[in-house]
Amino acid sequence: MKQQVLVLYLNTSALDSEVLAWAFYDGTGKTNPTTGDSDLPPYDSGTEALRDGWRLFQAAQLIPPYPGHEYQTSFLKHEFWFEKLE
Amino acid sequence: MARFVANGFHRMDAIVPADLNEEAIGIFEAGLPGVPYGTPVEQAYEPGSFTRRLLEIPAIAGAVRSLVGADPTVDHHAIHIREPHEGSAQPLHGDAIIDTRIDAFDVQLMYYPQEVTGTMGGTLSVPGSHLRRTNESDTGRYQNLRGQTRLTCPPGTVVLLHHGIWHGGRRNDSDIRRYMYKIRFNPTVPQVRTWDVSDLDDPQVAAELNRYFPWCEHATGRLEIYNRVMMWRALTNNPQFDVEYWATRVANRPGRV
Repeated sequence: MKQQVLVLYLNTSALDSEVLAWAFYDGTGKTNPTTGDSDLPPYDSGTEALRDGWRLFQAAQLIPPYPGHEYQTSFLKHEFWFEKLE
Repeated sequence: MARFVANGFHRMDAIVPADLNEEAIGIFEAGLPGVPYGTPVEQAYEPGSFTRRLLEIPAIAGAVRSLVGADPTVDHHAIHIREPHEGSAQPLHGDAIIDTRIDAFDVQLMYYPQEVTGTMGGTLSVPGSHLRRTNESDTGRYQNLRGQTRLTCPPGTVVLLHHGIWHGGRRNDSDIRRYMYKIRFNPTVPQVRTWDVSDLDDPQVAAELNRYFPWCEHATGRLEIYNRVMMWRALTNNPQFDVEYWATRVANRPGRV
């Protein structure tokens, strides 16, 4: 069995919110995804990926901002990891 | 300038004349000598040299002066080549190291002497990402973002970027070598009102700074506007400036010092 991994970055911490960014890693070797290879996300929301058979295995924690750094921005916040096995 | 503060870049299509673009390819194939860090532009590039003529194009000279002010130094320069069918893209990254300056910034000039088509690996960049505090390629996990720019352009296009913008050379799936010449400029004067400020009170200034980008979480997008307000206050020396009351509201502490 080989693993395909899909990472979706959502608009809020809710799994049914809109996809803002994405990445795909293909352990089957059938495709060769890379940075900047598409302008259209594979799904519009996290739940749409679930309906298509992707299994969620990790979601970003909700971590309060560090005191004194409440207005700073950094990485995308709402990261969800999915897999399919072939 | 307000649009630059929001987007993190200023793009000028086909601003370099054809004869200079044709000359550029041979020069880039031969290579350019390095420039020591912190060399004034006038010392880095002899009068009449290719780079000096490039930087003397009025629209480029004016834009660089507006952004970094008078007498910038050259941090470094480099020729970037994406080889045909090279197989992979650069990870999404910001250049140098994490850079938290809000009241000063470096500008990176990217010059494309040839037409860049969709398959030639034109630079990927993420408008509005420049104020995110991330270090170099720690963002490499992100492959694609809504609203990203996959550069295609006519010959002679120049893009001026804020130092923090997320970007990367894309995979070149064509049969053509793709060239890009990058120069990083450091300011040597305070970046305060270094551009034509006759329209500072125009409502369009706040409208530009109030922009939301498709890749950015809605909640974090409000913080992005807050940070642009802080940058605009520094660039204009106006500590009262605000957009939608974001910065004023959270600083209001009546009776406290």
